[in-house]
Amino acid sequence: MNFGFNDEQELLRSTARKFFDNECPSTTVRALMEDSSGMTPELWKKLAEQGWLGLIAPEEHGGMALGIVDLVVLLEEMGRAVVPGPFFSTVLLGGLALLEAGSDAQKKTWLPKLCSGEARATLAWMEPSAEMGAAGITLQAAAKGPGFTLSGTKLFVHDAHTADVIVVAARTASGQNPEEGISLFLVPTGTPGLTVTLLPTMDQTRKLCEVTLTNVSLAGEAIMGAPGAGWKPLARVIDRATVGLCAEMCGGAQKVLDMTVEYAKIRQAFGRPIGSYQGVKHRAADMLVDVENSKSITYYAAWAMDEGVPEGPLAVSMAKAYVSDAYRRVSGAGIQLHGGIGFTWEHDLHLYFKRAKGSEFTFGDATWHRERVAQLVNL
Amino acid sequence: MDFKLTPEQTSFRDEVRSWLKKNLPKDWSDRMRIGSDVPRPEVYDFLRTWQRKMYEAGFVGVTWPKEYGGRGLTFMEEMILHEEIAITKAPPVLNILAIGMAGPTIIAYGTEEQKRRYPPKMLSCEEIWCQGYSEPNSGSDLASLQTRAEKVGDQYVVNGQKVWTSLAHQSDWMMLLARTDPKAEKHKGITYFLLDMHSPGVTVKPLKQITGDAEFNEVYFDNVKVPEVNILGGLNNGWAVGMTTLMYERLALGFGLQVRLRIALDGLVDLARRSRKGGAPATKDPTTRQKLAQLWIDTEVFKYTGARAITKLLKGELPGPEASAGKMMWVEGHQRLQELAMELQGPYAQLGRGSTWAVDGGVWQHSFLRSRANSIEGGTTEIQKNIIGERVLGLPKG
Repeated sequence: MNFGFNDEQELLRSTARKFFDNECPSTTVRALMEDSSGMTPELWKKLAEQGWLGLIAPEEHGGMALGIVDLVVLLEEMGRAVVPGPFFSTVLLGGLALLEAGSDAQKKTWLPKLCSGEARATLAWMEPSAEMGAAGITLQAAAKGPGFTLSGTKLFVHDAHTADVIVVAARTASGQNPEEGISLFLVPTGTPGLTVTLLPTMDQTRKLCEVTLTNVSLAGEAIMGAPGAGWKPLARVIDRATVGLCAEMCGGAQKVLDMTVEYAKIRQAFGRPIGSYQGVKHRAADMLVDVENSKSITYYAAWAMDEGVPEGPLAVSMAKAYVSDAYRRVSGAGIQLHGGIGFTWEHDLHLYFKRAKGSEFTFGDATWHRERVAQLVNL
Repeated sequence: MDFKLTPEQTSFRDEVRSWLKKNLPKDWSDRMRIGSDVPRPEVYDFLRTWQRKMYEAGFVGVTWPKEYGGRGLTFMEEMILHEEIAITKAPPVLNILAIGMAGPTIIAYGTEEQKRRYPPKMLSCEEIWCQGYSEPNSGSDLASLQTRAEKVGDQYVVNGQKVWTSLAHQSDWMMLLARTDPKAEKHKGITYFLLDMHSPGVTVKPLKQITGDAEFNEVYFDNVKVPEVNILGGLNNGWAVGMTTLMYERLALGFGLQVRLRIALDGLVDLARRSRKGGAPATKDPTTRQKLAQLWIDTEVFKYTGARAITKLLKGELPGPEASAGKMMWVEGHQRLQELAMELQGPYAQLGRGSTWAVDGGVWQHSFLRSRANSIEGGTTEIQKNIIGERVLGLPKG
């Protein structure tokens, strides 16, 4: 038993820390917030050159064939830098969906391009009902000859406006069990009938879209896997992406703590540093506990995903429930302990505060995951 | 990162598991089905026998060197052992202050003679230990302690008073911090003594707590003679030695606390299944489910944060201030758990031991009240937050 990272992972962490310090300082983050694409071609190319776009893809498709634990290391650093852009959607949503559900031909077509940075992918699964479970997937895919016709609306789709291909979860059959009858489709973004609308978001580092499909006609080979069997791989993608998101959140929370502690050491009030007052010190201690615990449960969940242990989904929900609350508390406390300066646009804290809030409601909030924990432990 | 056990660890786990299965007293696990708590006075004799049995089977002090009665294993085996104890709800170790604190400190600082003399009898529960740190006017500010030890010939004569001394009324020995140089700076004039509780001049007065039990005591010293050879770690070096003890305390507590939280949580879930809310089991009530799930998550999180600390320890790093975080977290979780146990009982929460109407014979009322001490004993939550703020985060002292 060993609950630490190996030398390669520590090296990945320090490489990534340096990389994002240089390539994505907060001035860049702010520029990308204002830019509708949320990414520059140069930075995207550099991410590809590092091999990070293919970190978890198999070697045969141009990837590095590493695991979720390795990805967690990288994502912590990305969260620390609040890196905007379609990394998350390409690697953890569209890319993972291809890995989980794609046919050999689909993988062969898309994965090398995703790894090289040539193409971007995302996943459209949630609908305006904002329902997390299988019952939330109602977008209709009607069989039409050997192909399918898709109609309906997807919401909260990450980076669909810059994606080349979207994995769309649709219903090919309805029955008693909502988990049956869901199918995944690969839909290139130029397909007629597909409309993507970029939505204004509170967290401007995260680009979310509405994706509308109006009688979108797809060939039979657009389906991923067997018809009606899409929920299982989709749930696995969402579980893995959730762990990745938790890792980003851990990195962001750590950065807020670091900024706050640094500030509390130098900011003077009543003739001494504010960090010497217990009112500040104790809150900082609470932040540390939140950050450390968030990491512990996230690392465990990542390991559980890589190992495929039966308690994997439970670990994921424990992590998302804990980290959702923790990042919100930590980023809020960061603003409070900075005082007025922390509330300004100029200070970086709001980037983290908004990222925390957005992440809280991505892939299920703490309340939803606590209920899932209750179910999984048979309460 | 790997949470799987190695073949050696698996065989250790199996050894513990099969031993516990064979030897666990049935009535005890039935009792532990509902709640968990520090041992109450009426079970001390039973626990002495139990610890002896555990020791003879090789399950007490597993990390201690073989020559001093231990097994020379790592903290990983210690963790595995405690997990098995939690799963089976086995009784706790009675001589916990010796096993968790005094023993490791003696092994770290003791003379060869001291190391051979004391640890084995701690493990076998032949000699019970208590901790003489806090005084009526020295709690969180421990270094201000006033109990004096003056040298007369080759002995020291101790006068003063200690308080909140758990197990003192059962103890044979005490880890005593006393002032040996009143002129020195407050941290520098303190010496760590191994004091025989049967010495003339030692008076133990039980202190009745808010639970009604007398689990801890006041201890008075009236010209108590301690031989010079009973100094541990050198004259006027008591602060450093004492802090080592506290470091081990938080580490040892970490293992024990995890077990207690797990057992208490299982008891709480069981209580929730038996409780009714709106005509259905309370476990079906959405609000209760949220609270139970959060406690479940916090218990697991506590375990994994502990496991990370152990990984660091096995890489050769000393137990550090992060143990404060664990202690703090356990306190908050355990107090919340006990509050929820009251909430589940509703108006019945008002009834205690002796009433046939009381839920589970009133054990929850006792553990609820007892839990109030958690944020005070072993360093208050406020002190833990100072430690984290100053020693982990590097914030300036007030």
